Amino acid sequence: MSDDRAAVAAGILPGDDLHRALLRSIVDVARAIFRAQAASVFLLDAEADELVFEAVSGEGEESLIGHRFASSTGIAGWVLVTGQSLVLDDVSADPRFASEAAESTGYVPKSIMAVPLITGERAIGVLEVLDRRSGERFTMEEADLLGMFATQAAAALDLLQRSRSARRVLAGDAGGDTTLTRLAAALERAEPEDRDAALALLRAAEALLARMR
Amino acid sequence: MPVVLHADDSDALPAHAVAGADALSLPGARLWPARVDREWAFGGATGDGATVCVVDSGVDAGHPLVGGVSRSVAIRIEDDETHVDEDESGDVCGHGTACAGIIRSVAPECELVSVRVLGEGFVGSGPALIEGLRWAVEQGFDVINMSLSTTKERFVADLHALTDAAYFRRSLIVASAHNMPVRSYPWRFASVVSVASHDIDDPLVYLRNPDPPVEFYARGVEVDVAWADGSTLRASGNSFATPHISGICALIRSKHPELTPPEVKTLLGLTATNAEVPG
Repeated sequence: MSDDRAAVAAGILPGDDLHRALLRSIVDVARAIFRAQAASVFLLDAEADELVFEAVSGEGEESLIGHRFASSTGIAGWVLVTGQSLVLDDVSADPRFASEAAESTGYVPKSIMAVPLITGERAIGVLEVLDRRSGERFTMEEADLLGMFATQAAAALDLLQRSRSARRVLAGDAGGDTTLTRLAAALERAEPEDRDAALALLRAAEALLARMR
Repeated sequence: MPVVLHADDSDALPAHAVAGADALSLPGARLWPARVDREWAFGGATGDGATVCVVDSGVDAGHPLVGGVSRSVAIRIEDDETHVDEDESGDVCGHGTACAGIIRSVAPECELVSVRVLGEGFVGSGPALIEGLRWAVEQGFDVINMSLSTTKERFVADLHALTDAAYFRRSLIVASAHNMPVRSYPWRFASVVSVASHDIDDPLVYLRNPDPPVEFYARGVEVDVAWADGSTLRASGNSFATPHISGICALIRSKHPELTPPEVKTLLGLTATNAEVPG
C-alpha cells in the first residue's frame, strides 16, 4: 500500500479519543440505567493475560485506570472466563475481594452486577455495575438487561479496537514492519512465477486458518 | 486432541449378542416401579455413595458450608501438555466454593471433588475447561457440575465428544445455561442436563421446561452461598441454580446407582415440581 493510501486510511479510522469516549459512555450509561453508585469496565489484554481497568463512572479512583490484574481470578476473572453473569450482594464480606477492591479502586462495593463483554465468540472484557443508590438489590432481570447492553457495547468496542490497531500499523507505530507488510512488499518484488507459487502457499494458509476457526 | 476413553467400549456388547431370551435377563430389566415419584426417586437419600465433581474456580475445602472435599486438582497446560496437579490453592474466586456449598446442602453425605480450571496463568478459557472436564469424565464421577461454558466454536467438537462419552459412561454432566444472547457450550448439548434459574426460594423446587435447550429451572435468585476465605454472601445467577440440580442428581444416584444419565434426566422431569402426576 502506498504511503498516501496508508495516510488516507489512517486518517479516516477513529483514533484513541473516540475509544476513550466510548468506554466512558458505556460506564456512564450503565450507571444511569441502574441508578448505581458506580460502573466500571475491564478489558482483556490477551497477550499479557491480564484484565485492565479501563474506565469508571462514579465512585472509584480515575487515577487507577490502567491498573492490571490476572485475567482469570476474582469475580471479574470468573465472569470473563466463564462468560456467565453474576449478581452478588454483601460482596464486601469476602475479605480478599474487599482488600483488592480497596487497593484497585479505593471503593469497596456492597453489591455487584457483573456481565461479560462478548463479541462473536470472544470475551473481550467485563462490565460491572456497583451498588444502587437507593440500596435496593439488583435483580436477575436487570442482569439480563445489562447483558444485552454489554453485547451492544462489546460490538462497538471490538470495532474500535480493531480500527485502533489498524491505525497503529498504518501510522507506522509498529515500525511499518509487520509480517503482513513484509509479505506484501516481497510479493510486489517477486518474479511472476515465484509470486504465483507464494500466493498458492498463502491461499493454503488461508484455508487452514478458516478450518481452525 | 482426540477423545479416547475406553476405545473398545463399542465392541463390548454388539447388539446381535442379546437376541432372544438373553435380552430379558439384561441387568436393569424391570427397573421402574408402576409409579415414579420423589419418594421413590430420592426419598431418604443423603447422597451417601455418590461423588460430585465441581469443575470451577477451586473450592475452599475448609469452609464450614462445604464440609470438606475428598480431592482437589488443578489443570495446568504447558507446551500443549496437560498436567493434573494436586491443588492447594483453594478457590481463586469464590464461585466454586459457592457451588460446593449448595451441593452439600442438598446432598449432605455426598463426596465432593474439585477441579480448578481458572487461575493465574490460565490463558483463555477453552483448553483448561476441556481438559478439566476430560479428567472428570475419565474418573467416572456420578455427577459433574459445570457452572460455566465456552463461546469458542473450535472447542465444540471436543466438548461434544466428551459429553457423549460421559453420557455413555454413567457420568451425568449438569451445566449452566447462558442467560445472554450468545451461543455457548456445553449446556446446549442433549447429553447434558441444562439448568437456568427460577426465583422461588426453595432448594427443592425444580421445574421442567418443555421448550429446550434449557431443560430445567432451579433456585438461582438471592441464594445465600459460601464464598472465598470462609465468607458467605447472597448471589444470583444460573450458575447457582446448576448445583441445586447436581445435588438432587447426587441424591438420585445415591439411592439408585444403577440409573444411567438419560434415566436420571427422565426421573428429574417426572419428579419436577411442575410435572403433572396423574392421580
